[in-house]
Amino acid sequence: MNHRNPSTLGRRAALARAGGYGLAAIAGVLAARDAAATPDSARDWLAALAKGTPAEGKVSIKAPEIAENGNAVPVTVGVESEMTDKSYVKALHIAADGNPNPGVASYSFTPLAGKAEIQLRVRLAQTQKLVAVAEMNDGSVFIASREVKVTIGGCGG
Amino acid sequence: MSDDIKPRVRVQTKAKKGELVEVKTLVTHPMESGQRKDADGKLVPRLIVSAFDATFNGKPVMNAKLEPAISANPYLSFFVRVDESGTLKLTWTDDNKQSWTSETKIEVG
Repeated sequence: MNHRNPSTLGRRAALARAGGYGLAAIAGVLAARDAAATPDSARDWLAALAKGTPAEGKVSIKAPEIAENGNAVPVTVGVESEMTDKSYVKALHIAADGNPNPGVASYSFTPLAGKAEIQLRVRLAQTQKLVAVAEMNDGSVFIASREVKVTIGGCGG
Repeated sequence: MSDDIKPRVRVQTKAKKGELVEVKTLVTHPMESGQRKDADGKLVPRLIVSAFDATFNGKPVMNAKLEPAISANPYLSFFVRVDESGTLKLTWTDDNKQSWTSETKIEVG
């Protein structure tokens, strides 16, 4: 614990930025509506990364039901797995189906991770669904999705 | 601009053998999405941290390919199973191939 709390400064900087770019953000959202990703493009993006027919289960997405500020929506994605050499999560892909581009992040893991759970903060341009797809080392694929309502979109800033 | 880009890492420095340790990271980076327009209405070119990589004692733990949908000052957290004392090395790389690294020692006691 010899490091400073990482969130304090980050949050402050993010707030300052969000305030400063408020107008730009609104313009960005309006522009984004024209060229938004669709559930289809999100599915295509995921399908290109994870081969196979995904089954429901194993993957869980934690995110706020309503996000007031789409500039930084905290999201936790976890995949049930022992994370041993025999059975582990190989990759985890996250998409958002209402952003200008569907991709959010694409993770890969080794058994050394011990637990396939990650947190990140996501920009969401509008109310939309987050979709997570996990690839296991045996080739099976699991999927989960979760809708997040966004009050102020965050793609311009 | 790149001078004020600094990675911050929070992780416990002592662990039991086999313990799952959570690593919390944040790098101060604007993550220009390529969607935003400046005051003159011109698009600000995309410049994001597009790759993140974590190794422990040189062995890969996880890596991530990031898209513009990741917030400014990207916060990422993940787990690592610590079976032996060693060094956790984290690397962030942006679109210009500029990279930042952070090394943290974790002792098994």
